[in-house]
Amino acid sequence: MAETLQIRSSDDVVRVRQRVRLFAVEAGMTLVDQTKIVTAASELARNTLDYGGGGTVEIEALAAPQRGVRLTFADQGPGIADIEAALRDGYTTGNGLGLGLGGAKRLSSEFHVESWPGQGTRVRIARWR
Amino acid sequence: MDRIPILKLGKALLVTIQVDMHDRLATALEEDLTAKIVSVGARGVLIDISALEIVDSFIGRMLDNIAAVSRVLDARTVVVGMRPAVAITLVELGLSLTGVQTALDVERGMRLLGQSPFELLSEPDDDCDSGG
Repeated sequence: MAETLQIRSSDDVVRVRQRVRLFAVEAGMTLVDQTKIVTAASELARNTLDYGGGGTVEIEALAAPQRGVRLTFADQGPGIADIEAALRDGYTTGNGLGLGLGGAKRLSSEFHVESWPGQGTRVRIARWR
Repeated sequence: MDRIPILKLGKALLVTIQVDMHDRLATALEEDLTAKIVSVGARGVLIDISALEIVDSFIGRMLDNIAAVSRVLDARTVVVGMRPAVAITLVELGLSLTGVQTALDVERGMRLLGQSPFELLSEPDDDCDSGG
């Protein structure tokens, strides 16, 4: 099971949360784990919107080695010049709290971020049950 | 546009957040609450988030902003009803809502604001609107 959603508005961020919740429930995750992946999804969807100028998220159900959910956020925005700095709490180039990227990493079992300056950013996270 | 209702209970304002917050709703709530604190001379703001399935940094920042603005207007803010899974996630996210006072439920929150929910029921509503 997999699906791709557009992230173009604040309403889309709400929709992403609802769909990720559904996948997490399907995967048999505990309430705390569901809450963690949905919160991480919310942070990353908002980053995609605010810093990437919008983009997409692919939601995938994982079956092996463990059941879980994988999310891939992609945008064609300006990219992240310094990924290490962006992962530090409190670092922001906008008006947020600067917790989004580092916070999403702490809430995930697996976390990858790739960015190409001027071309875009791709963040992939997974959480297993 | 949707609005979140703000109830007046004695000298406190009560807000129950029951819908998935998006930007415009959050901004509208901040503005409505600020206006209402001044218009009714509220001394406390109680925000019930027991219906929220997640609190991300966006909502966290909204709660912090409301608490900060209320403080400037001489009103205290108490956030009540956070679900256990939300609390665990919030701390792991790195958000501990340091600027916001919390309580387990509405009753305890009202007590923190110096208002007993039972006294409120019989309290006359005379002096709240006098300044406006």
